[in-house]
Amino acid sequence: MAVPAIEPSVIRLDDDGVTLLGGWSPSSGLRHFPRAPVCPFTGADDVEALDLPRTGTVWLNTTVTVAPPGYRGPVPYGFGVVELDGDPLLRVLSRLAGAGVAPGARVRLGAEELPGPDGEPCLTWAFHT
Amino acid sequence: MSDVHISGVGLHPFGRFDGVSGTELGVTAVRAALVDAGVAVHDVRAAFCGTAYGGVAAGHRVLGALAGTGIPIYDIEAGCASGGAALQLGAASIASGQYDRVLVLGLEKMPKGIIRSSYFAPWQEAAGFSPAPAYFALRAQRLLAETGLTVDHLAQVVVKNRRHGAANPDAMFTRAVTPDEVLSSRMICPPLTLFMLCSPNEGAAAVVLERDGGGGAVRLAGISLRSHLPGSVLGEDSPLCGIDDSTVTPPTRLAADDAFSTAGLGPEDVDVVECQDTDAARELLVWSELGLCAPGEQARILADGDASLGGARPVNPSGGLLSKGEPLGASALGQVVELVRQLRGEAGARQVVGAEVGLAHVIGRGANACVTLLVR
Repeated sequence: MAVPAIEPSVIRLDDDGVTLLGGWSPSSGLRHFPRAPVCPFTGADDVEALDLPRTGTVWLNTTVTVAPPGYRGPVPYGFGVVELDGDPLLRVLSRLAGAGVAPGARVRLGAEELPGPDGEPCLTWAFHT
Repeated sequence: MSDVHISGVGLHPFGRFDGVSGTELGVTAVRAALVDAGVAVHDVRAAFCGTAYGGVAAGHRVLGALAGTGIPIYDIEAGCASGGAALQLGAASIASGQYDRVLVLGLEKMPKGIIRSSYFAPWQEAAGFSPAPAYFALRAQRLLAETGLTVDHLAQVVVKNRRHGAANPDAMFTRAVTPDEVLSSRMICPPLTLFMLCSPNEGAAAVVLERDGGGGAVRLAGISLRSHLPGSVLGEDSPLCGIDDSTVTPPTRLAADDAFSTAGLGPEDVDVVECQDTDAARELLVWSELGLCAPGEQARILADGDASLGGARPVNPSGGLLSKGEPLGASALGQVVELVRQLRGEAGARQVVGAEVGLAHVIGRGANACVTLLVR
């Protein structure tokens, strides 16, 4: 049986890999993630589904060296903010992986297997250099 | 606001106290505050208790242990600003004329290490999205990138606060540290090392508020609690996404503007500050958000010692959370206790000479920011 998405309302897994399930509001003109009932920036209630771009640029990054409570995956791991390609600007939090992760680095979305909340394997997302 | 005075303050030291319950911590602080105010528990008309991890009816348990129940008791949670939220509501109840004397307390008993918070869904914890120090670190990275501040400046903040804390017997860490010790302590989330992060711990603080100040009572001249505006991916509300937030006013600035407006004061009037130093970078960021300095001026202030005891405007003379640790519900009121002692001239070796106006500031989960202005 295929490894499930860690949260199916946030990411979709298919033959193309992992997709971030975002939304956008025509009236506010803004993209967001994960898809919300209203635009989280303006409150506009005309949100439409939007599959977000799989590429972007690192804005900020750090490394988590201590496992936080409820996390059973490996440490250290990269963590930061990626500016997704396309307009208007959308910054998303993400795990980060690969050599040379730093502000300005180009990254591509991928899947990463981790123990889920119940300890069973799940797939989450990470941006890789 | 109508006159609200602080007629008594009390504290249980911040640290780790095995075998002592959160209720017992609260009782110690409340009894001290009542004695300081010269009143009995039955003279109090309502109680407001801030705590994030104290459990159901934490304030009721403290008042119950003092045979002080029967009055309205409000238990309030607002993350790191829980005590500030309790103080704001208590002050409003006096200012509105509802009560003439109330008790405000905060207590916390937390385990070591990274805080676990029901703020995050289980899947977010499992995916590694819950470590608070990582969010602090990303904000710190941005501060360094935008201002030219360096890790050496972060270390100087820790050195300053730990030096102040060495004169505070109620602090958890009372040993001064060197810049090398700070920089070489364990790396938690770059650029933040262990010594640059405050420790969640245990403690309690309490104040008695009255409409009519007796001799020596400190006036609560302004207080505001504000949450974040939408837009920032680095806000303490920790959203999964954000947009260009360079024009989004941070909650600390919103709360400071409110409090200064209410008090009829400005940043230039402030003599002593207790601010949220969850991490060393946060303190530097808060200086500018509070209007105490221009963005980018922090390096000069550190070099000149303006924010150190003996300087032009000391910040965190108590040692800050970096020395005291952070018992969430008690931390804001702990700042107020410190400032009242400063304004009364009772702060001993860490006294800010001639202090007449004090500012307390907290910010935390949910991006609740609280700014309190106290006047002698």
